[in-house]
Amino acid sequence: MAAALKQPGLTRGALGFIVGSAFGFGLVVALRAISGLEIFQTEPTGYPHLIVPAITGPLGFLVGLGAFDYWFRWAAGKPTIPEDHSQHGARSWRDYFRFNTDHKVIGIQYIVTTFFFFLVGGLIAMLMRAELAQPGTQIVDPGVFNGLFSTHAALMIFVFVIPVFAGIANYVLPLMIGAPDMAFPRLNALSFWMLPIAGLLFLASFLVPGGAFDAGWTGYAPLSTGAPLGQSFFNLGVQFAGASSVATALNFLVTIITMRAPGMTFWRMPLLVWANMSTSLLVVAATPFIAGVQFMVLFDRVLNTNFFQAAFGGDVLSYQHIFWFYSHPAVYIMMLPGFGIISEVISTHARKPIFGYRLMALALIGIVVLSYTVWAHHMFVSGMFAWLRVPMMITTLLIAVPTGIKIFSWLATLFNSVLHLKSTAMLFSLGFIVTFVVGGISGVMLGMVPIDIHVSDTYFIVAHIHFVLFGGSVFTIFAGIYHWFPKMTGRMYDEKLGRVHFYLTLLGMLGTFVPMHWVGMEGMPRRVADYAAQFGDWNLVISISSFLLGIAQLVFMYNMIVSWKWGPRATGNPWRAKTIEWQVSSPPPIFNFDEIPRVVGGPYEFGVPGARHAIMGGEEAEVRKPEPAVVGAAGGGGGSSGAGART
Amino acid sequence: MAALTVVGSVILLQFDWFGDAASEEASPIDTLFDVMIVLSTFVFAIVMVMFGYAIWKFRAKPGDESDGEPIHGNTKLEIAWTVIPTIIVLFGAGYSWIVLDDIEAKADEQMPLKITAQQFKWTFEYPDADGLRTNVLHVPVDRQLEVKLEALDVLHSFWVPEWRIKRDLVPAGAGGDEIDDEFVVTPNQEGTFSLVCTELCGLGHTTMRATVVVESQDEFDRWIADQSQAQAAPSGSSAAGGT
Repeated sequence: MAAALKQPGLTRGALGFIVGSAFGFGLVVALRAISGLEIFQTEPTGYPHLIVPAITGPLGFLVGLGAFDYWFRWAAGKPTIPEDHSQHGARSWRDYFRFNTDHKVIGIQYIVTTFFFFLVGGLIAMLMRAELAQPGTQIVDPGVFNGLFSTHAALMIFVFVIPVFAGIANYVLPLMIGAPDMAFPRLNALSFWMLPIAGLLFLASFLVPGGAFDAGWTGYAPLSTGAPLGQSFFNLGVQFAGASSVATALNFLVTIITMRAPGMTFWRMPLLVWANMSTSLLVVAATPFIAGVQFMVLFDRVLNTNFFQAAFGGDVLSYQHIFWFYSHPAVYIMMLPGFGIISEVISTHARKPIFGYRLMALALIGIVVLSYTVWAHHMFVSGMFAWLRVPMMITTLLIAVPTGIKIFSWLATLFNSVLHLKSTAMLFSLGFIVTFVVGGISGVMLGMVPIDIHVSDTYFIVAHIHFVLFGGSVFTIFAGIYHWFPKMTGRMYDEKLGRVHFYLTLLGMLGTFVPMHWVGMEGMPRRVADYAAQFGDWNLVISISSFLLGIAQLVFMYNMIVSWKWGPRATGNPWRAKTIEWQVSSPPPIFNFDEIPRVVGGPYEFGVPGARHAIMGGEEAEVRKPEPAVVGAAGGGGGSSGAGART
Repeated sequence: MAALTVVGSVILLQFDWFGDAASEEASPIDTLFDVMIVLSTFVFAIVMVMFGYAIWKFRAKPGDESDGEPIHGNTKLEIAWTVIPTIIVLFGAGYSWIVLDDIEAKADEQMPLKITAQQFKWTFEYPDADGLRTNVLHVPVDRQLEVKLEALDVLHSFWVPEWRIKRDLVPAGAGGDEIDDEFVVTPNQEGTFSLVCTELCGLGHTTMRATVVVESQDEFDRWIADQSQAQAAPSGSSAAGGT
């Protein structure tokens, strides 16, 4: 035990948490005693003796875990522990439960952790749907209900969709660009370990006086500035999730810019790499805004600052502007990595180069730029400066153009292809195209001010965001998980169960979210625990479908867990893909490559005779002959022609 | 594709998507939505026909390990699907702008109305009737209302679905002068409707509703007179009354 407390790890982490919390608690008590204040201040917005430990406890945990050991030694001028790579790689399951600097381990840590929160968030959603199955109040009272939809959204957005993409990219991206690891492995590990803290803070709010935060995931002021203690846990959880996100984004940017294998020019990067570079550009500049605005709310609550408290002259609408300046780009933070996944999956399982590769990459950059200019479309009825509505409407509608380019290019990629419809990853990608087009169309409608005035804050919005985030993001997440499962685990999953999962999920998804459009347009507001009797029938359909959707995920869990343990061994490249991560063993060796590969062509040269994307170390001699030029290949045009032309 | 668009649009236009319409502003909004239904059906039909055809035609036969045709792109096609959607959305934006101006145009003659929201109650004030205040909203039919909004505690939102108009009520703080707290609406159908709060405002948000009665000018005048009298009576000193 004593030895375990000295070694970095979960035991020392737990001790760090206790010490940190005790320190925070003691600090508050001491300071308040010295100042002659009431020691335990228990107004709903107060509780400093719980809020400060909620900051220092997690920090103590991170220190105990060993997240700062190397940096502390360095800073203190002590000899740092030599790089024996003891923190690298996973030899047993225990290695996933410690501070591990291997990007592949971190990727799996991310994915498993985020799926845990996905299940919790899903169960919360099913509880809400149980309440909403019939008009009237049956299961939870309106106060609890407000807490349920708020935590559902916070969990799904901040500790599932955003970080699961970081997890998938963490695993795949360094392999894809031929790098031995991420640029900053220790920062990478720290980023991951902040994530469970964020999720647990959100969940812990259920246990504190006043219940879970209940001002929605949007936390609009001044409802949030006066809400019970749980709201402070939301404010803090967002800080940890946000810091994790920003650090990861910086890590991706530096990795992508500086660590690509020789020969991998920008125009030879797989689209997943483009997508994560675009996402990171959004995260780095936008996420600090939500971190800032949540701090401002927290300060309003506990320090009596006055940013948003209308009663004392605060500026209420500012909250919404700052919040959406992050949270609209956040929609694309939750979608662009998915676009990248879809490009990889479709080209591989349709055996075709991505149609219009360069325009696909440019469309991503176009979305990044435009997405900073549309935030006020969330505020068309907010009473903001009225003039702002029309320009924001125009930019909002224009963002459909680069998104449309991507849809059309994927469709064109399917033509003259060899489409492997039995592949679950492909099915989710195709399902994504259909559901995302629907979500995109309802998005264009919402962008139009007069329509938005009617349907804003109704179930139409709920339908739209779930078509985009479930039919969009979550479908791409499933596609990615299935596609790279063999690479990550070295095992094959059961395609038959995968297909069952897909069709049940699609059915449940459509049954749940399609009718929401209709009840919304006819007058059912969102965020209500009860509704007019006229909407009863459709709500019952929605609730039943949502349970089907929930049950479908059990098939997924079963398939993943059983296949991970007992599935048949996977070869290095079961999908016969071209990108670099498939050219190494499954799972890849601990440092990815014995010798850094050399990139000699585009990433999707399917059907081009003799074309290569990369030459792996050790096969240099074999492929010395000149690359066949494929400039102007059939149908040639704006695509990634020129494979091999630059070698 | 064209046939599918026509058939789809005709079917979809049969539905009364937004429910009953009961204001002047509703009709241009509903027309805009119908136009969007047709355009959306068109776009969706294109995507689905391409999609369905590709899946049916190019699905791999069992054991087929060959590759597809290495088509890398087609500049003309790519320009087309950049330019055409741009034109469509800019048309949509222009049309929406016109509709927006239309529904916010002020009539020559208006009836002022002040609406105040607080957790979890609506109060309606009639400046023309010496500041009469009620908890039920009565308005005359076919007269433009010039509504002024105020929130006392947190955000609320005014919505009568049949009127299609919604606007948040913002508690005035430092930005109070900048808040756009006025809108116009012209009810044109007599009847009883529900006013629904559509901005999460706390525990009672779900039930924060009020009844809206649209009636003829005569009935409205009579109701105002009754209310004024009732509230002027010595016992009726409470500001909030009404049936």
